[in-house]
Amino acid sequence: MSSASVRRATVGLGKALREWQVRLGLATTVVVLLFALVGPWLTPQDPQALLGGIYGAPQRDALLGYDYIGHDVVSRVLAGGASLVWMSLATAGIALVVGTALGLVAGYSRRVLDPVIVWWADVLLAFPNLILVLLVVSMLGREPWLIVLVASVAFIPGVVRLVRGLTVGLASREFVEAAEMLGFARWRILVGEILPNLLTPLLVHLGTMLSWAVGILSGLSYLGYGIAPPAADWGLMVNENSMGLQIQPWAVLVPVLLIALLALGTNLLAEGVGRLAARIEDR
Amino acid sequence: MSALPSRDPVTAKAVLRVEGLRVELRDGSDVVSDIHFSVAAGEVVGLVGESGSGKTTIASALLAHARAGARIVGGSVWIDGTDLLALPAAELARWRGRRVSYVPQDPAMALSPVLRIGTQLHETLVVHEPALVRAARADRIAQTLRDVGLPSDDAFLRRFPHELSGGQQQRVLLALAFMLRPTLIVLDEPTTALDVTTQAKILETISALCRSHGVAAVYVSHDLAVVRHLADRVIVLYAGRIVEAASRDALFDAPAHPYSEGLLGAIPDVALRTSLRPIPGLAPAPQARPQGCAFAPRCRQRSTTCTERAPALSPSGDGQQVACWHPLTRRGAGRAVAAAVPTPVRDAVPALLEVDGIDAAYGPRQVLFGVSFSLQAGECLALVGESGSGKTTLARALAGLGDHAQGQVRYEGQDLPLNARERDAALRRQIQYVFQNPYRALNPRKTVGRIIGDAVHHFFDVDRAEGLRRAVLALQRVALPPETLALYPGDLSGGERQRVAIARALICEPRVLICDEVTSALDVSVQATVLELLGQLQREGLAILFVTHNLGVVRAVADRIVVLREGRIVEAGAADAVLDRPANLYTRTLVHDSPSLLRASRAPPQPLRAAS
Repeated sequence: MSSASVRRATVGLGKALREWQVRLGLATTVVVLLFALVGPWLTPQDPQALLGGIYGAPQRDALLGYDYIGHDVVSRVLAGGASLVWMSLATAGIALVVGTALGLVAGYSRRVLDPVIVWWADVLLAFPNLILVLLVVSMLGREPWLIVLVASVAFIPGVVRLVRGLTVGLASREFVEAAEMLGFARWRILVGEILPNLLTPLLVHLGTMLSWAVGILSGLSYLGYGIAPPAADWGLMVNENSMGLQIQPWAVLVPVLLIALLALGTNLLAEGVGRLAARIEDR
Repeated sequence: MSALPSRDPVTAKAVLRVEGLRVELRDGSDVVSDIHFSVAAGEVVGLVGESGSGKTTIASALLAHARAGARIVGGSVWIDGTDLLALPAAELARWRGRRVSYVPQDPAMALSPVLRIGTQLHETLVVHEPALVRAARADRIAQTLRDVGLPSDDAFLRRFPHELSGGQQQRVLLALAFMLRPTLIVLDEPTTALDVTTQAKILETISALCRSHGVAAVYVSHDLAVVRHLADRVIVLYAGRIVEAASRDALFDAPAHPYSEGLLGAIPDVALRTSLRPIPGLAPAPQARPQGCAFAPRCRQRSTTCTERAPALSPSGDGQQVACWHPLTRRGAGRAVAAAVPTPVRDAVPALLEVDGIDAAYGPRQVLFGVSFSLQAGECLALVGESGSGKTTLARALAGLGDHAQGQVRYEGQDLPLNARERDAALRRQIQYVFQNPYRALNPRKTVGRIIGDAVHHFFDVDRAEGLRRAVLALQRVALPPETLALYPGDLSGGERQRVAIARALICEPRVLICDEVTSALDVSVQATVLELLGQLQREGLAILFVTHNLGVVRAVADRIVVLREGRIVEAGAADAVLDRPANLYTRTLVHDSPSLLRASRAPPQPLRAAS
């Protein structure tokens, strides 16, 4: 038999990299991530030390000048990304894992658990994300892990909705019925048969959630509910230095640019992977 | 080749002339190439081929359309002396529908679900004949509806497509196609989605309309038996080329191309149990066609010439054209193999599976009413019925997906629950099910190795090496190479996927195999391979419950038949007895309406041999 006609229909990394959106998104995201994660070790000055004049202009040992109380802006930019990056990743990651688990169970059980999970998800979904986070943080304090947890709770309903919908469709597909007839355990059907078919849409959703998380978390710090000064943080820097925008714009513009690039990069990446997957599944 | 029009007397009054048509994919490989043929007024030409042969590509090219990703790059399509491919877009839009119209495959997808039937009919007239006043339009619509055998009253026109049966929907599409009195009508497998009885009536209507209005028709189909009933001439396609063009009788009595002969030999027939001969191998993809004749790798009589140079379409005998270096000449060559194969006689053995009074309902709608039958070890029982007869519900209940069913089933004397979760492992292992659609039955994200391996390790306590050995063995039984283990279902053709699904069932070492229309999504040459495999498994002692609507397939594989109609058994008995002398009126209609290659040439149905 001449059956080993290999026509791969799966999304390969090589195929993904030929898409310009994926390339641009991946490059932007990786550059900003590297900058934020490696930055804290490369600071030329102590980011919390008061070294120069208030809104001091750029000079040779402070290329981006000084901020509202005389911190070196270069050092604060280098040090201020790590918190945003780990918090965004953790937020999106937790929401993804918890939301997927709940969505799978809801979509497959269809009887008892489904209405309960969906009802809770809808209630949370109806509540504006930012307000929910602000409410909890203003009551319980601004611990980074608490912010991450609450922000991820705000994202979980979206994941549940997505996963539940796809699971309902997949659960009636014949290959799932075949597994049921063979008598595979329920968790095995969820993890072994259904979950692998969700990976592409989940990857896309993860990218989207990352850019939302970047928006919410930097917004929180800007409003003063995030990382507490004197620690360096991009969102916080925008808040601290907005008064001096006309005298010393760099202390605001550079963190804003980096936040925007991170959000844009993750968004492009998600969009590109999504389009690619849709085109491949169309064939 | 270009001398073709002057040579063939028929083309003198040809209304359609296709010359040198070529359609390419983006990568430059051709889907079809070198297509030359013509159709005269009132003539029906059958365009026949398996999936991937390019028949639908040609059909849409006749309307100067190519599907996304493909492009018409050469040739001409002359209709009434005008080359459609050279027309500007606005002019082309006027020609489509008016001079050349199209009847698609799936009527449910072709009608807009939100518009009333009358609106859709009026729309066509408003666009193409704006001069007609409303009353004249209504007259024309009423007349056309009568022509296609539909009621023409207002109540009917006010209906939505979902309120019609599949056959009625297809008639509405026929009305849309015939209403403007086109010169040419292109029918793309218009009856594949319909039941045989409906199909037979629609075919009659099409035939009558073409004859009475003098409309030329191109009928695209994979079903040779249907084409035999309808067409005056037949064009056989293989790998994007015409391999044979002949009058109907010439083609069916004396096919000249080995592929045509192979196709005829692979089709199971309702009139007579024949031994099916599958065509070995698979049709090549457009990018992977071999040098020389594309059919050579699968051909029994290839020579070195065949693998070096592609044969051109040239005349052979009276009006017949064939593209082959070694055309068959013996008259009746195609049918020589259609010798009856005796039905194996089997001793009465105790029933393996006893079904006693199964009822099933979806909400208030009951689909099964106290159905009872039994299945013996080593026999093949066909469960026959049209769509809506409840046959799939019944098969699923036996397989353990019986959420909607109630009733008693005994397997080897013990109670068999209708829900797989309530069965013990031995029962789940011994009763296996193969789904209708191989494209949905395998997890697209698991390799074949994991799909089969998971089943082995689930039922047998074996180590990895033994599991792998059994998986390779199971693939061998369904004639797939061990390399298949590393592939994903997306890498396989439909027939290969179905064989993987069968391998997954076989590796569980079942005693009962329930097959739900397992060949309906497959090409005939592949279907023959799968049926042959099932026959062999049955001889090895497997009991098979074969669910199908295709009586030809039933004749080829079944020992006994149970005929189901609207949830009740209307007839049951030995396969040959029921098919030769159906006692029930419904069964008789089914048998009569099933298209047959053999019966078309021999007069009315008659008992072919004594009861077995």
